Amino acid sequence: MNDERKRYAVGIDLGTTNSVVSYVDLQQVDGEKVAVDVLDIPQLTSPGVIGDKQQLPSFLYQAHEAELAESDLVLPWTSHPDAIVGELARQLGSKTPIRLVASAKSWLCHSGVDCRAPILPVQAPEEVKRISPLQASLYYLQHLRDAWNARYPEAPLNEQSVTLTVPASFDPAARDLTVEAARAAGLGNAILLEEPQSALYSWIQASGGQWREQVKVGDIILVVDVGGGTTDLSLIAVTEEDGNLILHRVAIGDHILLGGDNMDLALAYVLRMKLEAQGRRLEPWQIQALTHGCRDAKEALLSDPTQAEIAVVVPSRGSQLIGGTLRTELTREEVDAALVEGFFPQIDVSERPLAQARTGLTTIGLPYAKDARITCHLAAFLSRQLNATDELQGFNVPEQARFIHPTAVLLNGGVFKAEGLSRRLMDVLNGWLAGDQAPVARLLEGADLDLAVARGAAYYGHVREGKGVRIRGGTAASYYVGVESAMPAVPGFPPPLQALCIAPFGMEEGTEAELPPYEFGLVVGEPVRFRFFASTVRREDHVGARLDYWSEGELDELDEIEVTLPVEQHKAGEVVPVQLAAAVTEVGTLQLEAVARQGEERWKIEFDVRGKAGPEAPTREDGDAIPRQPGDSEELPPQQQAACPAQIEDIARAVDDASEAS
Amino acid sequence: MQIDLTLIPTTLDAVHAGLAALVLLLLLIQVLLLSAVVIAMLRRNKSAVVIEQQPPAPSAPAPVVPKQPSGREVTEKPAKIEPVVVREATPDAALQVLGLLQQEARFIDFIEEKVGSYSDAEIGAAARVVHEGCHKVLHEHFEFEPVRQEAENTRVSLPKGFDASAVRLTGNIVGDAPFTGTLVHRGWRVRKIKLPKLAEGHDPSILAAAEVEL
Repeated sequence: MNDERKRYAVGIDLGTTNSVVSYVDLQQVDGEKVAVDVLDIPQLTSPGVIGDKQQLPSFLYQAHEAELAESDLVLPWTSHPDAIVGELARQLGSKTPIRLVASAKSWLCHSGVDCRAPILPVQAPEEVKRISPLQASLYYLQHLRDAWNARYPEAPLNEQSVTLTVPASFDPAARDLTVEAARAAGLGNAILLEEPQSALYSWIQASGGQWREQVKVGDIILVVDVGGGTTDLSLIAVTEEDGNLILHRVAIGDHILLGGDNMDLALAYVLRMKLEAQGRRLEPWQIQALTHGCRDAKEALLSDPTQAEIAVVVPSRGSQLIGGTLRTELTREEVDAALVEGFFPQIDVSERPLAQARTGLTTIGLPYAKDARITCHLAAFLSRQLNATDELQGFNVPEQARFIHPTAVLLNGGVFKAEGLSRRLMDVLNGWLAGDQAPVARLLEGADLDLAVARGAAYYGHVREGKGVRIRGGTAASYYVGVESAMPAVPGFPPPLQALCIAPFGMEEGTEAELPPYEFGLVVGEPVRFRFFASTVRREDHVGARLDYWSEGELDELDEIEVTLPVEQHKAGEVVPVQLAAAVTEVGTLQLEAVARQGEERWKIEFDVRGKAGPEAPTREDGDAIPRQPGDSEELPPQQQAACPAQIEDIARAVDDASEAS
Repeated sequence: MQIDLTLIPTTLDAVHAGLAALVLLLLLIQVLLLSAVVIAMLRRNKSAVVIEQQPPAPSAPAPVVPKQPSGREVTEKPAKIEPVVVREATPDAALQVLGLLQQEARFIDFIEEKVGSYSDAEIGAAARVVHEGCHKVLHEHFEFEPVRQEAENTRVSLPKGFDASAVRLTGNIVGDAPFTGTLVHRGWRVRKIKLPKLAEGHDPSILAAAEVEL
């Protein structure tokens, strides 16, 4: 793709709380020295005032028509913006939360809600206009696009090489939605990149070619990316091929809704308790201001070990500043207790996070992590990925190892600006390593904690031109559909569920998996649903593998997938035998299709079908994928009940086909 | 060449006709130049007078235009005074900085409040808000550097032709450059200003909007 018009490689970090655009001028690249710049994004910083900032807060505000003068809502490229996003939205929303759309990105990966349905802000009263999480993401992207085009009118963004970052733990449906938003913003050329990989790319770029001296063959790099709202984990192994270092992303962690914002909130609650013990009651706005003050105080305390306490001040809202100001102090002990012990406790590697509560049944809300202990999530991840490097040469897991042994650590996210936290994380990890008689892991130096993800994404655009080292990986999970096994009916027991592998682990972009040797009979004209599973640990399963049994936590059930065969080509009610084909697009999304046995007909299988059953629909996101209990089917909405019996009447035929094939 | 001054030509030949035309042309140019010089001098005198009256001197706020009867006074004004160019600061930028200071640092609230009745601890708590906010505004919108890089209280030497607007001499100022003295203050210079842009029709005189909670 050597397009002359592609002057820039642009990286967009569409974050949960902040979005950043960075870029590489492809004509100015000099060997391994690649200059990455960060775009100043013009945005309303208060009504009628437009300031340039490197970060666009990912917030959207649905203003009341009497709230702001129309003449105050202008941007350099339009006098009538479609939506108020960025700094002004964040400010207004902090005082009027019922009109604020926040964390749209986390909703994209939330099973049980329809991301195309207008559901945000969830807490808004009737008269506030709601928008869908997809639409909110689209508004952010449009703002970023317009900001770019205003700065570089001669090189419009849709003609550049654009990379969008997504959490490594985003499921196929959320990736699809991200790409859909990019397309709607006119960025059909955008490709996806996992955020921890992006952070590593940024580190490689910043080293200017020196990174080869800091890692060696046999290294396993653990990337811990703690953003504002999410924690993302990845493992990257270093191998050698023809004398060159090769990087393989071998494993990713679960989607954990836990981040820096939780920490600031935790500190604010500590201070609130303290103030209430002194007999001062706090109003909601004061707690918010406390949270804000705690962020700075936390960084100051944790980066300077000689400070014993930092004053936190909540100014009054009225014009009397001195009279109404609330002052308290945050001490080192409080920060240690709330953050270091609360989020990064010294625990044994065998500990596991508390089970995640089932969501979607009671209220609509984000499935925030129930267990705030990041080290605990890390322990679970490393133990689970013990065999992540099995398929690579030169990695030998010792017999007695309880978890995979990282040799280097790359930290990302503003949280780690607080040295106390990064030191604690390394101490805990090295404690586990010492317990396994493994060498200590080292911290990779020189990471830009705030902007690394966007910077790395721009660098990746440059790497895709065929220059520099590229991290190999492919899909970080294998995918399965649920089939019921053929067995004599036993009253009261549903037939046990089997998982049929349709996409193996590590599929590279632009490749297609072979067709599984099984056929499903699909009923024409009716939406047919499959239960859909993913596994980030089963690396050895090939297409067509059928699992009768899997241990707890090996397979995660995702949202159901759905296909409808149009009536045009067939008679309604006819049963068409199809195979399920999986492919990974160049963009980096998984694509599933039903392929007819006769002829070349293909039908797309949709991922995001959660909304069709209504946002209140019960979800099955219990990760253990126990075969459904008899009572469960009664919970299903009628549509699903209709779909399920038609789902698979395949088994006999599949078994036949398999025997034919062999 | 023969020169005979007694000879008078009887016919007007081409050479003489040409000479006559040249004389006329030069005369015309001279007249034009002279008149231009006169006009320019008149104008210059006038503008000098106007500039002198422009600075809004508080001592003479009375209308000055009626006092100016005719051009007679103009000619009396000595023309050698150099016109003083006084730039008028635009109020928008000043209001904008004030607005930012109020928004981030509660600057006006703090300065306008009577501090007499409060204890030092109370004032100190509020001062933190002001200090942090002002620091944020200054560093977000201005880039500073010291005028002199040397450490304060060290001896510095100023060469001939140093920038007198960037370095102020005090104390025993005698003799000629190079001057040697002690650096008392390093000075500050703004390298870059990055002020937010304003929407057309936005009123910057509202430094902080009144707030009404529903």
